Amino acid sequence: MAQATIDSGRRWPRGRARRTPGAALGRWSLRGVALLYLGLFILLPVAAILQAGFSDGLTNLRDALDSFGAKGAIELTLIMAAITAVVNGVFGTLLAYVLVRIPFPGRSLVSTIVDVPFAVPTLVAGVMLVALYGPNSVVGGWFDDHGIHVIFARPGILLALLFVTLPLVVRSVQPVLLELDLAEEEAASVLGAGGWTTFRRVVFPALRPAIAAGALLAFARSLGEFGAIVFVSGNIPNETLTAPVLITQLLNPSSFGSSGGPDQAAAVAAVLFGISAVVVLVTEHFVSRRSTERSFA
Amino acid sequence: MVGVALLYVATLLVAPLVGITYYGLKAGLGTIGDTFQQTDVRHAFYLTFVIMAITVVVNTVFGVVVALVLTRDRFPGKRLMSALVDLPLAVSPVIVGLMAILLFGRGGWFEAFFAAQGIQIIFALPSMVLVTIFISIPFVIREVVPVLEELGTEEEQAAWTLGASRLQTFFRVTLPNIRWGLLYGIALSAARAIGEVGAVLIVSGALQGQTETATLYILRAFDQYQDAQGYVVALTLALFSIVLLIGIETLKHRSSREAR
Repeated sequence: MAQATIDSGRRWPRGRARRTPGAALGRWSLRGVALLYLGLFILLPVAAILQAGFSDGLTNLRDALDSFGAKGAIELTLIMAAITAVVNGVFGTLLAYVLVRIPFPGRSLVSTIVDVPFAVPTLVAGVMLVALYGPNSVVGGWFDDHGIHVIFARPGILLALLFVTLPLVVRSVQPVLLELDLAEEEAASVLGAGGWTTFRRVVFPALRPAIAAGALLAFARSLGEFGAIVFVSGNIPNETLTAPVLITQLLNPSSFGSSGGPDQAAAVAAVLFGISAVVVLVTEHFVSRRSTERSFA
Repeated sequence: MVGVALLYVATLLVAPLVGITYYGLKAGLGTIGDTFQQTDVRHAFYLTFVIMAITVVVNTVFGVVVALVLTRDRFPGKRLMSALVDLPLAVSPVIVGLMAILLFGRGGWFEAFFAAQGIQIIFALPSMVLVTIFISIPFVIREVVPVLEELGTEEEQAAWTLGASRLQTFFRVTLPNIRWGLLYGIALSAARAIGEVGAVLIVSGALQGQTETATLYILRAFDQYQDAQGYVVALTLALFSIVLLIGIETLKHRSSREAR
């Protein structure tokens, strides 16, 4: 994963820039354009959601969450996202390791397939899962006969989230693994460490920040996923209804009055947004620590 | 270990691809032809294309400016700006849609202003473009920033010393150097813009034949038990995105080779 926080330490010669007023003007106009763009497109909408969610104080926010099954939806979303982060944290790391360190025929093909979820629309991913595991399909029928319901149940939600977030972990771990010196692993194995010990004591510690960053990204992404889930989950309140789907239902004019409306949607959104924002800040912390570690090495 | 990794990729990623191809093609050529004869379907693809085109242009131009500021400039609050750029990756598209409603919808901050001008934002193209821009802001910036950092400023300084203006320096020196990374970012933005559904669903109202994009059409098709048409449109989007992906992979190889 690219890091936006590295500072190269190089810049335009300051003295020259100070002496020519035109250059200073250019620098300030670039800054201005960048700030205006991010301010208008990101900061302003964020301010709107925070204002709407927290305007009536925290008590009202809690009331709104208690009244219509929002708590269950948020809990379910958090649990599903956590499982996704852990499973893809493990398998994503394994995949990255295999792709970087073990040559096998078709490696570049596998590497391309790992990126499929980046390109395929998430809604199409959901359609794919329904096609494969739906009650009318061969695979889905077999599972149903054995009492396992994938679609319109929690396993379907998990599969959708795992699909969508796999490349996030792989692409976070891969570049760090590529830069890791192979000599350290060779030294460990020469000194008698087995494959597992080498991984656990030498490779894993170096990868830890990258794995954490990737898993956290997967977690944040899972919290907000809508397209991949909407077909797959069946959206049964307190069973398979996740928070993002609940928000769309609350905003749907045909369901106004009965169970909630834009105010409740804003309350759920504010909570979800708060969690995501914290996750981003923690991830940023991991990424920036990784880049400082590397620049000292 | 390779076996486990391959098995995971096969069950999680490859099997669903096979599933959708099977159902998309099972419908038969007749259904595929009929689907594309529908004016709704054509309009949906057209709308998806328009939104993608505007999004890509806006995010490319401003994305490069932000990337330049993040790498070549120093000012207090730069870390915050960098975190701000990553924010759309973590915010649910559904919440993005809600944000737009809060700003431009009934009782929203700017509703009165735009109503007075007679410009409709919500349930119309402008809001759909706005939310798609928000969602795909990070891609160009995150691809261009590392390339600019690897590049350093020696070449730019040389051009500058030899008398080139700032604009000349950018178009003759900087832009050719970042072109593969930039194209990669553009391709990722385009893929994201085409696939967006949650945010667009909320702001557009999904009016059939008017504000219905390709993904919203799929949503409606399955809702109305027109599964065959839904599979055909979904398969078309999947094929298009896989072509885009192959383009992306080629670009990535080029950009990583040049970075070395």
